[in-house]
Amino acid sequence: MDATSAAHAAQHHAPPTSFIRKHVFSLDHKVIGKQYYALALVAVLIGMALSWLMRIHLGWTDVAIPGLQVLSPNGAPGGKITPEYYLSLMTMHATLMVFFVLTTAPFAAFGNYFLPIQVGAEDMPFPHFNMMSFWTIFVGFCVLISAFFVGDGPPLSGWTAYAPLSAIGKAGGPGQGTGQVLWATAICIFCISQLLGALNFISTVLDMRTKGMTLARLPVTVWAWFITSCMGLTAFAVLMPATILLILDHVAGTSFFVASGLVINDQLIPHSGGSTLLWQHLFWFFGHPEVYIAIVPGMGIVTHVLVTNMRRPMLSMKAILYSFWAIAFLSYMVYGHHMFVSGMNPISSLAFSFPTLLITIPSTILVLIWIGSLYGSKLRINSASLFALGFISMFVSGGVSGFFLAQPSIDIMLHATYFVVGHFHMVMGVAAMFGIFSGTYFWFPKMTGRMMNETLGKVHFWLTFVGTYCIFMPFHYLGWAANVRRYASFTDDYIKPLIPLHQFITIAALFTGAAQLIFIYNLIYSRFKGAPAPDNPWEGTSLEWSMSSPPPWNNFGGKDPVVYHDPYQYGVKSSTGTDYVMQNSPEKIAAGED
Amino acid sequence: MATTIHEPPNTEVRRQPARREAGNSGNGGWQNLAPSEGNLRAVDEYSPPPSSSAIWVGIAAITMSFAAFTSALIVRQGSSTDWRHITLPSILYLSTLLLLVSSVTLEVSRRRVASFMGGLKGQVASPGRWLYVTLSLGLLFVACQYIAWLQLRSKGLYLATNPNSSFFYVFTAMHALHVLGGLGGLVRVIRKLSTSVLRRSTLDATSYYWHFMGVLWLYLFLLLWMKL
Repeated sequence: MDATSAAHAAQHHAPPTSFIRKHVFSLDHKVIGKQYYALALVAVLIGMALSWLMRIHLGWTDVAIPGLQVLSPNGAPGGKITPEYYLSLMTMHATLMVFFVLTTAPFAAFGNYFLPIQVGAEDMPFPHFNMMSFWTIFVGFCVLISAFFVGDGPPLSGWTAYAPLSAIGKAGGPGQGTGQVLWATAICIFCISQLLGALNFISTVLDMRTKGMTLARLPVTVWAWFITSCMGLTAFAVLMPATILLILDHVAGTSFFVASGLVINDQLIPHSGGSTLLWQHLFWFFGHPEVYIAIVPGMGIVTHVLVTNMRRPMLSMKAILYSFWAIAFLSYMVYGHHMFVSGMNPISSLAFSFPTLLITIPSTILVLIWIGSLYGSKLRINSASLFALGFISMFVSGGVSGFFLAQPSIDIMLHATYFVVGHFHMVMGVAAMFGIFSGTYFWFPKMTGRMMNETLGKVHFWLTFVGTYCIFMPFHYLGWAANVRRYASFTDDYIKPLIPLHQFITIAALFTGAAQLIFIYNLIYSRFKGAPAPDNPWEGTSLEWSMSSPPPWNNFGGKDPVVYHDPYQYGVKSSTGTDYVMQNSPEKIAAGED
Repeated sequence: MATTIHEPPNTEVRRQPARREAGNSGNGGWQNLAPSEGNLRAVDEYSPPPSSSAIWVGIAAITMSFAAFTSALIVRQGSSTDWRHITLPSILYLSTLLLLVSSVTLEVSRRRVASFMGGLKGQVASPGRWLYVTLSLGLLFVACQYIAWLQLRSKGLYLATNPNSSFFYVFTAMHALHVLGGLGGLVRVIRKLSTSVLRRSTLDATSYYWHFMGVLWLYLFLLLWMKL
């Protein structure tokens, strides 16, 4: 047997030959990663368009949006958004963004592509599960989007789908019938996809590491994806049963979440004895770890990008990893802070408040290490590192408001206001998006074999950075001014003076959204016309930079890389005159440098 | 500071077992397992490492899901005034017995297949026989669960009749769905064994999963017996 066939003999799957196997039902983790990225891109464009509709309505409530009546004749008659349809738009915006963008892009997309490569594997241990994972999420996405086109449209109970509104069917309002069932079904399917993904991620890290790749030598991104997988495994395994029970309340007449004697719109709801709080407990047991499922991969990406561009190690990589673990552990102890206004025992509130404040410690440690490591470094300024810095800025700005919201006495006042909207959009939404952007500019050369345009990338960064601050910082002020959230329009006297600020936010949102067209253009143009990328354009040290750009289908050409060093050997003097030594270089580094 | 030693990045060529012809499903090959010659040792040594942890990851996820269902049951019971005791169908005792026995038969078959794969091919006739027995017992278990549902229906207890019946149907149906997954795994093992491409880790993982289904059912049966 010749060497080539011998190499192929040991692959996890044969080289793809047909178009379908190469690009559609691919078993290659890299193709699946790109499929996840494409799905997240479609989802974020839809989600952003929905936010524009909401923002226009909030700024100019009576304005008719041309063409919207075609999408929903009942929800937007004559193009004017009804209050109910506003809530539907909000529900779909949040669901798309949280599940199909913030969970999908930094974790599933980049993780699928780079995790096996960074541990030195040629693929994940279960390529068929991996493929199923993507196509399952794709089905979930289609089911969710189909809610726009059925009956009364999408549900209006928010991405949290609080019972009993979410469990009583059409009596709950437009979209609460078929639309809500489709929502719950989509999320249930999404959970299955995530569980399949987490299974592969965890077993890849535990079982597929190449020779020399000890746990201590794993790049920080691998740790971030691994920890996220552990969180996802436990969190989505709880959300899935919750959605099943919710669906049964809808379609089978059970009473898990609907209490007795509930009268809505003068109509007695034929359920008995259910617990509305039960849904909140199950949902937020998932929901708070979900916040970290969205942000921890971004933290890993940002650390990876920064350390590469600083050209020197972080102050303490161990402290970063311990902080990741602490955040993951504590994320299960804090979920009750979402329920301070749900009628919680004050002692329970305190019990949830304390770990919530505690979780700020590892978060602060992370920020201090990032900033302390940056201090005095000669950071290479490029699009990836700019977005990494932007991530830190957003995480700090949004995180500071978390100190307030962690305390029940303050949260009770602010919970239903725009203060919370500003908080979670900055600390979880925009920060995670900046992590995605940073990862995209950093890894695009490896994924496509072409460089992105740096000038456009920097313009994109500054417009996005300034724009998102213009959008989300005023939210905090609105919250202090008692501007309630989830309202479709503001007619109360005390809120009317705030409408000009809403109009400013809307204009900022439209401009910032338009700025994303630069990114889309850069993405598409560079994919086909960008300058050819060298194998290691950023002079990185981890294994993804040891292969061609883009990598071959079997990553390491049927061979196993051997790892000799910790992942971030920067600031050393190699024999070739460079300031770094790659992980798979057998070059010896003097004691104290490795 | 680095020394002056410099060599190009290193890789190791993966060692391959000798194969007589490409596409042979026996010893080695990218399916990498195969006891057609009866000796799996060489294949185990050369093939890419199987994932031994994945099954435990899967079991952890399933455990978490049923913990969520359990907490739902406890909270629902505590918050309601419509909790009505139901008598569990007696056929559940039989189904419990079937599932426990199936774990024993699977363990017997696992040892026989292991002996077969370890080179004792001539001494182990029909290594898959007990797998078929396990498969049959598993199918009988699912049939018994179905009969239990019919018995409840005959008493007028449907999914939405009261919270107790709701939880009964949900718990047993979710467990049965997972058992069906295990049956699919068993079918896969039998198919692979019959074509001589069974990997030891596949057999082990399927066995662990099946035993877990038994343990999970014991827990659920006890929970339903105590709470409903």
